[in-house]
Amino acid sequence: MTILKAENITAGYTELDILQDVHLKVEPNQIVSIIGPNGAGKSTLLKSIFGILKPREGHIFLKSEEITGLKPNKVARKGISYVPQVSNVFPSLTIQENMEMGAFIRTDDFSKRIDEVYDLFPTLREKRRQKAGQLSGGQRQMVAMGRALMLDPLLLLLDEPSAGLAPLLVSTIFEKIVEINQTGVAMAIVEQNAKEALKMADYGYVLAMGRNVLDDTGEALLDNEEVGRLYLGG
Amino acid sequence: MAELIVYGIVLGSIIALGAIGITLVYGIVRMANFAHGEFMTWAAYLALFIVTVVLPWLGVPDSTFGPLSFGWRMLIAFPVTMVAVAFIAIFFDRLLYKKLRFKKSSAVILAMSSLGVSFILRMIILIVWGADYRFFRPGVMRPALELPLGIKIRPDQIFILTVALVLVVLLYLFLQKTKMGKAMRATADNTELALISGIDTEGIVMWTWGIGGGLAAAAGILYGIDVQIHPGMGWNFVIPLFAAAILGGIGNMYGAFVGGLVIGVAEQVSTAFLLPTYKLAVAFMIMILILFIRPQGIFGGSEK
Repeated sequence: MTILKAENITAGYTELDILQDVHLKVEPNQIVSIIGPNGAGKSTLLKSIFGILKPREGHIFLKSEEITGLKPNKVARKGISYVPQVSNVFPSLTIQENMEMGAFIRTDDFSKRIDEVYDLFPTLREKRRQKAGQLSGGQRQMVAMGRALMLDPLLLLLDEPSAGLAPLLVSTIFEKIVEINQTGVAMAIVEQNAKEALKMADYGYVLAMGRNVLDDTGEALLDNEEVGRLYLGG
Repeated sequence: MAELIVYGIVLGSIIALGAIGITLVYGIVRMANFAHGEFMTWAAYLALFIVTVVLPWLGVPDSTFGPLSFGWRMLIAFPVTMVAVAFIAIFFDRLLYKKLRFKKSSAVILAMSSLGVSFILRMIILIVWGADYRFFRPGVMRPALELPLGIKIRPDQIFILTVALVLVVLLYLFLQKTKMGKAMRATADNTELALISGIDTEGIVMWTWGIGGGLAAAAGILYGIDVQIHPGMGWNFVIPLFAAAILGGIGNMYGAFVGGLVIGVAEQVSTAFLLPTYKLAVAFMIMILILFIRPQGIFGGSEK
C-alpha cells in the first residue's frame, strides 16, 4: 500500500501561496528525492506533510488515513519523522538524551532501538555522553537522523541532509541514508545536491516555482536532458 | 564581614529560588515575567492566612520546633502554599499569556502584560490585608547561634539555607533524571524540534509555570520567616531576581542559582559601606555592569 500520498497541495505563509497544486507519492521502501531550484517550495512541501504548515488546499494520506492539517506531534504519532535542515538537534542535551527525546512519545522500552541507532552510527555510541552542541556538522546530522529514527517511523522526511557539510561527509551521509532505507524505512528527501540525490532515489520529483514540473524514476530523471541542463549543471 | 557574607548567602538562597523561576520561564515560555515577585508576596500572605486562620480553626496546635520560630503549622502551610501558587502561576498563563502566545505577540507585549498582572496581584493584597508589616509569629526572638569568626546565625536562617538547597537539588534531579525534566530542557533548547519530536510543548509550559511559581512561593515564605511580610516585598525582589538570572546567563538554571548567591552576598556586604536602602541599587548596578561587559552572563547562557 502506498505509504504517503499528497494531492493538490496548495500551501504557504500568510497571503502568499508557495506551493500550488503539488502532488507527491511515496511507495513502501522507496527513497523519493525532491529536487529543484531555490525557492521551488521543496522544504515547504515537507513542512506541509508534517503539519508544521497547514495546507490551504489538498489532501495528505498516510497509508489509508488522512493526516491533512494534523499538528506535528500528532503526525509523529502516526508514523512520520521529520529532520529539519537547521537546528535539528538539542544542543545542550547529550547525544543519549537527544535519542531519548526522539522517543518521547514511546511508552515501551526503547533501549533496543537506541542500540540499533548506535549500530547505524557507531561514532554516536562513543560520544553518547557528550553534548550535541559540541559535535561537528556531520555528527550533528547523524544525531538529527538518529533522533528521528527513534520512533521506528514508516516514513522519514529529510530536509537537505547534506547542507553545509564537507564533500567527503556528504557521501557518508548519503551512504547512511541508503543504509537506513535498507532497514525498511521509506524516505522523502529534499536536496540541493540533485545529482547525488537522484542517484540513490527510486523515484524523483522536480519542483519549480511551487509546481510539479516532472516526476519519474531516479534513473530516468538523471538521463533526462532537460533536467540535466536545468538542474544538474549540464 | 564574615557575618555579612553569611547573611548574604541566606538572602542569596532566597533570591536564587526566585531567579531560577525567572530563568526557566524566560528559557521555555520566552517571556520576562515581571510578576514573579508577586508570586513571592502571594505565597507569604497565603501562608500567613493558613498559619494564622485555617490551621488554628482546624485545631493544629501552635507549637514551635526547638530553637526555630515556627512549628507544625508552618510545615503544613509551606508545601500547601507552594502547590497553590504553582496553580496561580498556571492560571495566569491560561488566562492571559497563552492567548498572547497563540497570537504570536512580541516579547515586549508579554513582558508588559506581566507587569499589569504584577500590579493587579499587589493591589489585591493591599485591599485584603492592608499595607501593614506582618510576621508569621510576632514577638518570638530566638537566640542566635555563635559560630567561629564571630558569626551569629539564627536557627531560622539555617532552616532557610537547608530548604533552599533541598529544593535546588530536587529540581536538579528532576531536570537531569526524569523524562519530563529532560523534555523541559529540550524545549528550552529548541522548541520547534521539541514539537517535531512529539513533545507537548504547551504541557511543558504548564510544568514550567508550576515549578517557577512553586519555587517563588518557597522564596516568599522563607523571606517572611527571615524578615517580615509586606505587600511590596515581592516587587522589591524583581530587580535582584532579574540581576541574578542575567548574571547566571538567562535561561541557565544553574547560573541563576549561583547568580542569586552572588547578588545576595553583594547586597549584604554593601551595607558595610552604604545605607541598607541602597541594596537594590547595588543589585541594579551589577545587572547593568553584566549587561555591558558580558550580556550572555558569567556562564555563557545556553549553548547554541
